[in-house]
Amino acid sequence: MSVLVYLIPIALILGFAGLMAFIWSLKSGQYDDMDGAACRILNDEDEKGS
Amino acid sequence: MEKQHIQNIVQSDKPLEEGGFDSLVVQDSDGQNNISLLISGVHCAGCIQKIESRLIANENVKQARLNFSTRRLTIVWDGKTQSVNKFVADIENLGYGVRPYDSDAEESENKAEEKFLLMSLGVAGFAMGNIMLLSVALWITDAQAMGLATRVLIHWIEALIAIPAVMVAGRPFFKSALKALKNGHTNMDVPISLALTLATGMSLFETINKGEHAYFDSAVMLMFFLLIGRYLDFKARLQARSTATDLLSTLSGFAVIVEGEHTKRVPIRDLRENMVVRIASGEKFPVDGIIINGKTSVDTSLVTGEAVPKDVKEGDEVFAGTINLGEMVLVSVSGAADTSLLADIVRLMEKAAQSQALYVRLADKAARFYTPVVHTLAAMAFLGWCFIGGIGWQESLMIAVTVLIITCPCALGLAVPVVQVLATNRLMKNKILVKAGDALERFAIIDSAVFDKTGTLTQGRPVLEGEYDSQKLKLAASLASNSNHPISKALSNAYQGERYALEDFKEKSGQGVSATYQGRLVLLGSRSWCGNNAGAPSEKIELWLAIADEDPYVFYFTDVIKEDAKETIRNLKEKGLSVYLLSGDRQVIADQVAKDCGIENSFGDMTPVQKFDFIEKLKQEGKKVLMVGDGLNDAPVLAGADISMAPGTAIDMAQNAADIIFMGDHLNPVARAYDTSSLSYRLVKQNFALAVFYNLVAIPLALAGMVTPLIAAAAMSGSSLLVIANSFRLRLKK
Repeated sequence: MSVLVYLIPIALILGFAGLMAFIWSLKSGQYDDMDGAACRILNDEDEKGS
Repeated sequence: MEKQHIQNIVQSDKPLEEGGFDSLVVQDSDGQNNISLLISGVHCAGCIQKIESRLIANENVKQARLNFSTRRLTIVWDGKTQSVNKFVADIENLGYGVRPYDSDAEESENKAEEKFLLMSLGVAGFAMGNIMLLSVALWITDAQAMGLATRVLIHWIEALIAIPAVMVAGRPFFKSALKALKNGHTNMDVPISLALTLATGMSLFETINKGEHAYFDSAVMLMFFLLIGRYLDFKARLQARSTATDLLSTLSGFAVIVEGEHTKRVPIRDLRENMVVRIASGEKFPVDGIIINGKTSVDTSLVTGEAVPKDVKEGDEVFAGTINLGEMVLVSVSGAADTSLLADIVRLMEKAAQSQALYVRLADKAARFYTPVVHTLAAMAFLGWCFIGGIGWQESLMIAVTVLIITCPCALGLAVPVVQVLATNRLMKNKILVKAGDALERFAIIDSAVFDKTGTLTQGRPVLEGEYDSQKLKLAASLASNSNHPISKALSNAYQGERYALEDFKEKSGQGVSATYQGRLVLLGSRSWCGNNAGAPSEKIELWLAIADEDPYVFYFTDVIKEDAKETIRNLKEKGLSVYLLSGDRQVIADQVAKDCGIENSFGDMTPVQKFDFIEKLKQEGKKVLMVGDGLNDAPVLAGADISMAPGTAIDMAQNAADIIFMGDHLNPVARAYDTSSLSYRLVKQNFALAVFYNLVAIPLALAGMVTPLIAAAAMSGSSLLVIANSFRLRLKK
């Protein structure tokens, strides 16, 4: 059972890291334009700034 | 103003004035200029790149980003605010339409709420995953095997995750519940909030007292499932709202005014009485006014529903929203933009939208019935066990809480949104776009269908009728193919073969065209244009052809009904709907079309206001009305009806007002959408029945105090899955 002392914190930290990544992506506006993101991968090169 | 000067302006070949956008630029704290524009005509990845790279090539531009979903372009740049006019010109030169975009507060509020819901969903998902991980250990062992210390430890870790998670992700429910309670009524969120808080609170209490059962897992799972339903629902509603704000931008474009020697662009809302506006060929009249110079023909189909353009000259009145088909004219404004006929229609629509807000959504109806029942049951469980059952108040409260948890409307919360999303997608595949979130449930309960004539039951464009001399037809088509007038186009389309080569082609707006063929003058146009002034005007749309001094020859046109109109109407009638036809056209024509389509009730000569009143009258009689229409004159009616559809060829405003838009030249999407709505309505009701059935089984167990966290979790996810599975039956039906 003592293995739980490592395993539970590890599981929680990993999960929490995932949650933080999600919240970051949300705040930085990556879900604002889902259709546009699908289109943009077709564009060859991004020039200055965009 | 001098006559000569006006002539100069009318005849100048200069491009239309640019500018006016600089008044809309916002400066941020860094001294950079910002503007949001609405771009039309964007439909692929290439468009995004073309627009963005064109702007970014300008060295002052710091950022240019086009949001493909909202068609909104944001530009950030240094330097002069006036540069924006150049940017706009650049984009227009690329072939896209640019309109000012009023970045109103509501828009960003919606965006913020969507992000908030997604964030809550993320937090709830994280919490649920991790708590379940730990709970499985609790479920599969008993106290002896695990030992008290480990169980308490696991409960504490769960509490550590669940309490912050509920505090963060539960806010959408708490907020809405508080708001409802403040206004003195309840909604679905009241029992949800209560169950969430009590379940978390009691579990914490149990954890502190080293108790056996903690319901953190149930509380968090409940929250996660409900948030999914909430998010889907919000998405559907957001779509409806964003199209409503588009409506106002019809009035937020620009107009070119003539001031002394100069012309300049001003926002339409700044137009005042007696200003002189210049309207080029193909432009919309922004306001009501009197023509002071030039003559032209005007497409009034948007306002009156009449398919044939009207000829106007100096001194005639023109209305906002109609289109100038002929030459450039100058118009003296007879009223500000907000007093025009167009604005009247917008106001009627707002009024209509308010009356529609009274509709109570199915889910809310269920909640009104559900909430008191659940709360009474929980209270009875507590009082019953405490005073009659004779057990301690903590245990009694625990039982009451399990009643709340287990009855919590998880399945109810999913019952409507899942069906809605599936049905909407299914219709989308048939090129029927559902805009309003609750459109389908409103559609399912209609008992009357009202159709507009032109463009809805009919093709909305004149088609050549009858047999004609092939030589004359060929000559007429050769002339007509050089003109953009709707009737010329119809004639040109009717003749497929080769055309004669003509010389010296001229077009006289509102009258006709002329050209020389083999040295002879040929005229094509109105009756008087071709020199025939005798005889009464015909009931039909006519076009005359005159070759030199021969007798004029006439072509007749008619607006044909859509090929499946009759079948669709019969289909709707078989389902028990009463069908009406309303038209701005003459009664005779309305009657004829009605007869061809099999409609008994037809009403002609209707103004927009009369149409609106007609629908209001039907509604007052307790009827649920479907309106199908495409013109500006239909827009208020579309907004006022219980449910409305517009073809994809309809004008923007009608499309904005309608709940559902269908593409293509056919009418059967109306019947198809009705079928799908009825089917999804049935499925929603079945879902409610399933949820109630589940409660009938679960509540006695909970009341008896036999529900453990494992049973609660299994029952809750089980019923949710059942409801989702039932909803997917929509996919199976053809």
